[in-house]
Amino acid sequence: MYRIVSRESLGASTRLFIIEAPEVARKAKAGQFVIVRISEEGERIPLTIADFDREAGTITLVFQETGKTTRQLGSMNVGDELSSFTGPLGKPTEIEKYGTVLCVGGGVGIALVYPIARALRKAGNYIISIIGARTKDLLFWEEKLQSVSDEIIICTDDGSYARKSLVTEPMKELLQNGNRISRIWAIGPAIMMKFCALTSKPFGTPTIVSLNSIMVDGTGMCGACRVEVGGQTRFACVDGPEFDGHQVDWDLLMERQRIYIAEEKIALEKYEHNCKCGQTGS
Amino acid sequence: MPKKKIVSHRQEMPRQDPKVRRHNFDEVALGYTMEQAVTEANRCLQCKKPLCMDGCPVEVRIPDFILKLREGDMWGSVEALKDRNNLPAICGRVCPQETQCEIKCVLGKKFEPVAIGRLERFVADWEIKQGVRAPNPQQPTGTGHSIAIIGAGPAGLTAAGDLAKMSHKVVIYESLHAPGGVLSYGIPEFRLPKSIVRTEVSYVESLGVEIRLNAVIGRLYTIDELLDEYDAVFLGTGAGLPTFMRIPGENYNGVYSANEFLTRTNLMKAYLFPKWDTPVKVKSRVAVVGAGNVAMDSSRCSLRLGAEEVHIVYRRSRTEVPARAEEFENAEEEGVIFDFLTNPVEVYGNDEGWVTGMRCIRMELGELDSSGRRRPIPIPGSEFDMEVDIVIMALGTRPNPLVFANAPDLKRTRRGTVEAIESTGRTKKERVWAGGDIVTGAATVISAMGAGKRAATDINAYLENNKGPWWPE
Repeated sequence: MYRIVSRESLGASTRLFIIEAPEVARKAKAGQFVIVRISEEGERIPLTIADFDREAGTITLVFQETGKTTRQLGSMNVGDELSSFTGPLGKPTEIEKYGTVLCVGGGVGIALVYPIARALRKAGNYIISIIGARTKDLLFWEEKLQSVSDEIIICTDDGSYARKSLVTEPMKELLQNGNRISRIWAIGPAIMMKFCALTSKPFGTPTIVSLNSIMVDGTGMCGACRVEVGGQTRFACVDGPEFDGHQVDWDLLMERQRIYIAEEKIALEKYEHNCKCGQTGS
Repeated sequence: MPKKKIVSHRQEMPRQDPKVRRHNFDEVALGYTMEQAVTEANRCLQCKKPLCMDGCPVEVRIPDFILKLREGDMWGSVEALKDRNNLPAICGRVCPQETQCEIKCVLGKKFEPVAIGRLERFVADWEIKQGVRAPNPQQPTGTGHSIAIIGAGPAGLTAAGDLAKMSHKVVIYESLHAPGGVLSYGIPEFRLPKSIVRTEVSYVESLGVEIRLNAVIGRLYTIDELLDEYDAVFLGTGAGLPTFMRIPGENYNGVYSANEFLTRTNLMKAYLFPKWDTPVKVKSRVAVVGAGNVAMDSSRCSLRLGAEEVHIVYRRSRTEVPARAEEFENAEEEGVIFDFLTNPVEVYGNDEGWVTGMRCIRMELGELDSSGRRRPIPIPGSEFDMEVDIVIMALGTRPNPLVFANAPDLKRTRRGTVEAIESTGRTKKERVWAGGDIVTGAATVISAMGAGKRAATDINAYLENNKGPWWPE
């Protein structure tokens, strides 16, 4: 069950895993996520579906090794099995013909915006993609995004590759230059999504974001993922993960993402210590 | 015949000392010894018309298993007990016997009723110690009928076990990574050890039931897709959706739903962090809002996780506490502080977004309300502040609507529960039955089991000889 069929590094800390999960692949749609648990003692973490192959029965995950669980997941090999793999969860992206759509992906968000751009293009939209990362090494899937976009803009924060800018700069230019953009998808770290939403707000262009809150069950049971959208409390797992970025309380989201920062540090240190001592990280 | 002298008092249940147990997750109640069990069993009058059985939602053959126990025929006792109940070690621990079988016990009119729950637990635990005997080999596909059960909680496990005993093919779909439902994620280890849940779930599996984990119905499959593959569908997904108060500040860091707090602690074993990966935050002062069993569990988990002071904040008075008397007592003994006639009106916090306190208002009791209890009314001007750094909302739960995705024909009430006939579990959607908290709203393990049992009987009757209309006019 849930065997890793392929793994690939997309830069220093970004990993791509293809997981065998035929039932999930049968139903997966752009914008949805899965909850992954890598061992008996493991936590349940949400990971957005970067791609799916219904015929092969696989789900593609792209994640960055940041904490204990993602590090340990990154150390797993082809043939290893995940303890649990639950999904597809969350509401799928609302794919319609909007006209010209801007798809902005930052960091790992590049992978997450890919199936959305692909589905939107298939639905007849003109796709302009902006992909960006802090530095060249964190950038990936340029060609893949190119293949589903009519125009693409690439940038890095430090200028180590392509244009030196944040993703919000070309975004603003496109909006200013009278491009008739009907809708924007902005997916990446909370801070990036916040500024994308702030950038598009004066233009009144609907901006959809995908909120990466802390979750446990991912089915609406616990409320760990609660966010405020338009002054209302919503659960990112079942009411989202996509919401109107202009309505999201970004500061609350970012505060809630930091709840377990001390515990995350403890878990990572223990994991690294165990690795150094030659044990497996359990 | 000489009249037997009745022992007026029941055998006390040995328990861990409150001062010790408030620091560990080991089981609180330690169980009878054989001697205590036989002494207690001897108190049973063996009534010709046993009223105790009427009080049991699954009609356990109570006098029979007690008789076998005192005759020293332990396997006979096990057999009588498990004839109607597939989960006796669980029921012996979490059933509110005092309001079900024991309240009907004739002895109770003059003396203390027979401790039926403790005896049930004793017999079930005795079997587990010997090694649970596999039932007679089943032929799961014997009838050619197949049933999909949604949710591996008390209702689903009971329905599944009974249907498998009737030789039908049964598959349970469970959304979490472990079976048990509330028995796994909700009820803490110190009240219901998870090894007991695993053993009794394994027993249900040994009857021929297949359990598919990590399967979220509504997302992975719709109910209609299951109906294409199976002859019948039973919905036992419980009431898993948490309730918040809708007061300002509820989204501060450190405010939990009881569901999240208990799921982290019990299912994800946060009390073993960092050996297990999932953390839970407990600081020095915890307030639990509500006074049901879930509130008691949350407060007692907080103590065990290291909180210095734990308050239960409840808008009504001591008399209205909805938790089992035993759990209320246990919490009090362990040092939980009860703030009755108190209701939070706002949660406040610091610049980093963490809870620092709760503004509460004093309440008084007015006229009887629709629930038959005196309505709590705020006393104007009585607001006061309470310093706390963790708040746990234990205000009840509602059914999770996720399972109803693409099933608009499954009629629901305004409370979000499924409309179903109580005696059979039939819903408005043909070939779909429902039972447990999804129908009643949050209730007890045993009432869910009773509903699972009644549905299994009706499913079997429907599949074997379908007669008459689906829904009575």
